[in-house]
Amino acid sequence: MTDLYQSQRAMRNMRKAAMQRGVVALLDIGTSKIACLVLRFDGADTLRDAEGIGSLAGQSGFRVIGAATTRSRGVRFGEIDAMAETERAIRTAVQAAQKMANTRVDHVIACFAGAEPRSYGLAGDVEVLGGQVDEQDVARVLASCDLPPIGQGREVLHAHPVNFALDHRSGLGDPRGHVGQRLAVDMHLLTVDETVIQNLIYCIRRCDLELAGVASSAYVSGLSSLVEDELELGSACIDMGGGATGVSIFMKKHMIFADAVRLGGDHVTRDIAAGLQVPMAVAERIKTFHGGVVATGMDDRELIELSGSSGDWEKDRRQVSRAELIGIMRPRVEEILEDVRALLDAAGFDHLPSQQIVLTGGASQIPGLDGLAARILGHNVRLGRPLRVQGLPQAATGSSFSSVVGLALFAAHPQDEWWDFEAPAERLGARSLRRAFRWFRENW
Amino acid sequence: MRPLSAEPRYLHRDQPRAAAPRAMRRDPAPSRLAYRLERLWLTPLVRAFTRVGVPVFAVTLGLGIWLGDEGRRADLMQDYQDIKTAVQNRPEFMVSLMKIEGASPEVDTAIRAMLPVPLPASSFAIDLDNYRDTIAKLDAVRDVSIVVRSGGLLAVRVTEREPAILWRTVTGIEMLDETGHRVATLLDRAARSDLPLVAGLGADAAVPEALEILEAAQPILPRTRGLVRMGERRWDLVLDHDQRILLPEAEPARAVERLLALDAAEDLLARDFTQLDLRNRERPTLRLSASAMDTFKTLAGQTIQVKATP
Repeated sequence: MTDLYQSQRAMRNMRKAAMQRGVVALLDIGTSKIACLVLRFDGADTLRDAEGIGSLAGQSGFRVIGAATTRSRGVRFGEIDAMAETERAIRTAVQAAQKMANTRVDHVIACFAGAEPRSYGLAGDVEVLGGQVDEQDVARVLASCDLPPIGQGREVLHAHPVNFALDHRSGLGDPRGHVGQRLAVDMHLLTVDETVIQNLIYCIRRCDLELAGVASSAYVSGLSSLVEDELELGSACIDMGGGATGVSIFMKKHMIFADAVRLGGDHVTRDIAAGLQVPMAVAERIKTFHGGVVATGMDDRELIELSGSSGDWEKDRRQVSRAELIGIMRPRVEEILEDVRALLDAAGFDHLPSQQIVLTGGASQIPGLDGLAARILGHNVRLGRPLRVQGLPQAATGSSFSSVVGLALFAAHPQDEWWDFEAPAERLGARSLRRAFRWFRENW
Repeated sequence: MRPLSAEPRYLHRDQPRAAAPRAMRRDPAPSRLAYRLERLWLTPLVRAFTRVGVPVFAVTLGLGIWLGDEGRRADLMQDYQDIKTAVQNRPEFMVSLMKIEGASPEVDTAIRAMLPVPLPASSFAIDLDNYRDTIAKLDAVRDVSIVVRSGGLLAVRVTEREPAILWRTVTGIEMLDETGHRVATLLDRAARSDLPLVAGLGADAAVPEALEILEAAQPILPRTRGLVRMGERRWDLVLDHDQRILLPEAEPARAVERLLALDAAEDLLARDFTQLDLRNRERPTLRLSASAMDTFKTLAGQTIQVKATP
């Protein structure tokens, strides 16, 4: 645990250094594509002085100066499968983005979808020592949370203090300075497979880059595609990627649950390729051009030319109707949505005051998906696209870029995590030293 | 329906497979070396160094090595001098003739003697400003302008000082212009008998005043021998018969006009006197000559006697 604390703190320091240098790269390592954005931080918000203009959710501070996408190779289920291939793909994306930005980036914040994320709710409470809550009390209450048995080979990815409670008052965002007796905290812990993170670190090191932060793809796409009241009142973001579908539930602007289904758009493509006996590239093409999930009578008459290079003329010149294609796609999409439904049920999504569901990610662009999702998940379903950030190219504004845009927001305004607070000075030596230091500072 | 011309179903053995080039398609990913070099190139410091530092260094080094050799450096300087001389000596820049306007023969000779280089010479070799200053130092020259005209003509336009007055000093007679500046030395007073004469220490500094006095004394000029500066502050007007009129320090011309008025009224200047003191404007004083004094005494005695007799 201390080890994790140190490494995450080191990562946070690196992120600070990157922001001070002004340029940071964001890397979304997905199953179907690897997207890279280069952000330039302009220092303090330049619009801050202007009357009547807010900070635009912190977006005025940065600008996207480079963007590149490349087809991902060697990633399966949102996890790195073939290291060398992935490394090459990362190199391609980073180099293209660097070229567009015309600057060199050294720091990278990455996100990925897979690695079997698991959520834990932690609670801890502690007596306030001085009557008034100070940083040390916050540190102690965070340290008092019992770590659940996360299992061997797991690593904590996010640890957000979601809620502070002081005596009978709950829902405090920042308890410092409050007067009370008993301080309690609710924390949300997200763990992932350790090996996945290590592979990621290895790949990024091989590209001569420094990892300045890791985030869960489900979390960051929720940050970018949910609007503010959805974040506040409770909503779920479903990021339908290529190899994994991430689910994150937000409440009071905190993520309270995240999980992933190891199914995605690539499985749909695979089904089409198997069902129609066409190459994967052709399957992907007819999926994106003609795909859908709701069949109508018109679709029987709409014939799709299949092409192939098998050499067999009869096989390569087949035609299928769009209804057939939909018949292949729909069960798989339904399966994905059913799995998501199961996850939401397990997380107790029904009990949230507002039950907005936002579909985003590349696979959410299937026509008719919102109708199908409304049937399976509930009525409040909408399709989400990422927030518009400054300088983002038009090509990168689609819903498949919601996680990388979310990374930009995450980089500009990171949420306080457990390791951002000071470590509790539990040992007597450290404590007395601290007190001596404070005494010196106050008297001279 | 089948198209009339179908694709070949079976490939000939010597025909390459259509799929083969696709399989051999190049990996879009940059190699590690290319990636690293690209990143290095995008580093601002490296970029600046390569774009500015390296060329500057290379040029400096090359020049340094090339110029390190003494003989080569001398050759370079020699070449430069040769080219410079060749350009300067082109016929377009040559000055072959000097034309002097407005100078008397003596001044003309002096100006020609002052020319630093013998003609014909390149116009670059003649420092016109310096030459002009040298000419302007001549006392006889009031103003001079020098122009190199097309056709290799050096045109010197000189305005000479006009002598307005003569100044007799211990060493000789100097000609002065109306401002008191020396023009030339005069060997013989008779050569310029038309000019009035002044004398005395510091007379040249008050030439305008002297000219003013002489202007006022126009009617008595035939009798005037000259003006003498007394004590570097006032003038004496010297007439013939050793008569001297002492003029005041302030407004001497007015005093001369008063003198002329007195003369018109009383025929004063015809009297036999040696000094007429006009320094006190309230009371002009007359000093008679010895014979006049005797005559005056005799006449006065007669008068007394005449007065006594009755």
